[in-house]
Amino acid sequence: MAVVELKGVAKNYGGAHKNAKAANAVENFNLTTRDGEFIVLVGPSGCGKSTTMRMIAGLEANTDGEIRIDGRDVSQVAARDRDIAMVFQSYALYPHMTVYDNMAFALSLKKVPKNEIEQRVNDAAGILDITHLLDRKPRALSGGQRQRVALGRAIVRDPQVFLMDEPLSNLDAMLRVDMRAEIIKLHRKLGVTTFYVTHDQTEAMTMGERIVVMRDGHIQQIDTPNALYHAPNNVFVAGFIGTPSMNFLKMTLGGDGKTLTGQTAHMVASSERQLIEAHKGRDLMVGVRPEHLILTTDETAANVIKGEIDVVEPLGSVTMVQLEVDGHRITAQLEGDTSVRMGDSIVLTCDSARLHLFDADTEQALPRHEHRTETA
Amino acid sequence: MSNDAVANAGDTASHQGAKRHGPPVKRLMAPAVLFLMVWMIVPLAMTVYYAFENYNLMMPTMRGFAGLGNFEILLTDGTFWAALGHTLTLVMACLAITVSLGLVLALLFNKTFLGRGVARTLAISPFFVMPVVTGLLFKNMLLHPVYGIVSWAMRTLGFEPIDWFAHYPMFSVILMISWEWTPFALLILLTGLQSLPEDQIEAVRLDGASRLQEFRHIVIPHLGQVLYVVVMLESIFFLTSFAEIYATTSGGPGTATTNLPYYIYQNAFFQYDIGLSSAAAIAAVILANIFAFFLIRFVAGNLNAGGQR
Repeated sequence: MAVVELKGVAKNYGGAHKNAKAANAVENFNLTTRDGEFIVLVGPSGCGKSTTMRMIAGLEANTDGEIRIDGRDVSQVAARDRDIAMVFQSYALYPHMTVYDNMAFALSLKKVPKNEIEQRVNDAAGILDITHLLDRKPRALSGGQRQRVALGRAIVRDPQVFLMDEPLSNLDAMLRVDMRAEIIKLHRKLGVTTFYVTHDQTEAMTMGERIVVMRDGHIQQIDTPNALYHAPNNVFVAGFIGTPSMNFLKMTLGGDGKTLTGQTAHMVASSERQLIEAHKGRDLMVGVRPEHLILTTDETAANVIKGEIDVVEPLGSVTMVQLEVDGHRITAQLEGDTSVRMGDSIVLTCDSARLHLFDADTEQALPRHEHRTETA
Repeated sequence: MSNDAVANAGDTASHQGAKRHGPPVKRLMAPAVLFLMVWMIVPLAMTVYYAFENYNLMMPTMRGFAGLGNFEILLTDGTFWAALGHTLTLVMACLAITVSLGLVLALLFNKTFLGRGVARTLAISPFFVMPVVTGLLFKNMLLHPVYGIVSWAMRTLGFEPIDWFAHYPMFSVILMISWEWTPFALLILLTGLQSLPEDQIEAVRLDGASRLQEFRHIVIPHLGQVLYVVVMLESIFFLTSFAEIYATTSGGPGTATTNLPYYIYQNAFFQYDIGLSSAAAIAAVILANIFAFFLIRFVAGNLNAGGQR
């Protein structure tokens, strides 16, 4: 259990790379965890999330900044002395050792007395329900069982920090949901500070106490799942968090600071949101989530998106429809029993409070509160 | 997961296919089996037959059943026992040198460094030199007391040059054969090292292992299967080394480097005693089997467990 601080951490693979972007795998990463917090690093592949984790582990050296565990700067400390346990995507179990030996290995290296090792391995095996597998070799285990052993190997050490590098991505969908819940339960029980890397935003949303959204080596936003969903910092986060992704429309903000006009769509920003002067008459990216779009017949409603359905996906509980509006692809999640067909012209509306507004050039979210109206 | 599923599906499909069309496996294998029979069983049978015959090419009229006569001569011949001893010395020494040196080199070549590709090719090249050529190279260009590079180097450094093959014949032969076969060990062990998953090394480091512990608990067990292959193949070849000895010491001085193959060769083609050399060949076959048996036991017991995934 520990507080992990990352201050200006960066990884630069040097000038050998053809473009500077690839060379700078991670830049200026700042984060301080609470003791026992569950942090999820999420982002598309190549965003630097795994590199960040590997720097915390000590498998890669950070080229800048400092990494502190409970106040101690570990940047120059070898991986084996950092007291960190990691669960690998491929599990990385030792193939020639039994499950018991796999779990006991780290303890026996530390010269922990035999009976204590046995005690701890048995306890961990009990928690993970793998006691009956202790004599087996990894190759005799199923994917889910290997996953449990990999977790067991980590928890038996009672480390300062857990690192999990996409631990569920090799499991099938059903098992993944189960293990997800189990890892959360385990974390509650053990209370060890955990970093969890995933590219799956569903996993991130369900598991993380706080989520770090990364892209191209930069942190986009660090927030609770709720905040990420309701108040994304920028277009990237807005589009990345939530399934199906948020819809975006390019619209022009009217002189009254409220009306938004696209080619055919028109909307009114919610009244308690005083839009800043600087954006009047300018283009904005207007985002609205598919689940917030409502089918209507009232073409005179404040917020209107009109179009012709070209894809219908009935999923039972909901029906997904897609339409092309003003050159943007719009997805709407409608009631399951909605009777719409391909080719139907429909009108969609939504609550003004559900609109997300972004600067079309910087792709940053416009301030949400009145007292923050002054921004450069 | 999905990969497994695909592989399984493929398996079942091919199984069903096999059942339906049933390729004539036995008939297709027959030529190979027949060839192997003629190639191995017939010469072996003939050797066994000759071993119990009085058969000397110089005395063609004196043929006939010898009983255990040939074996009696063999077992009372001091040269035979010496040859046996030399064979074992040669095999053990060469195994020890090639495997340990090969492992060290493999560990070095497993690191990335500038010019690794070229260096690797150079390191492996001795293996592509024919044994007779190797022999001549060592005899005339490296270890020759007058013209050899080693002698030149020793003279340059102010030492008295040594006639290696005359004074340290066994050492020189071992050196030569090890030079030839270390690349083989290097090559196979390097392949083994490169198949070691990176994440296992990382896992063991995070588990708190030092470099040495990492090597002992992860690298060596991983190499188990590969080491087994190296030791197995090399001992077969070392047991039968002939050309290198033929081209350098001719089994000498005296019988100092006469191993079993050379002993058999001498009896067959200098003494023309087919009977005796056949008996010696049987002894060599038995030795090879004993060797293989112990080797398999030893290697399997110690290392095999680790190599499998």
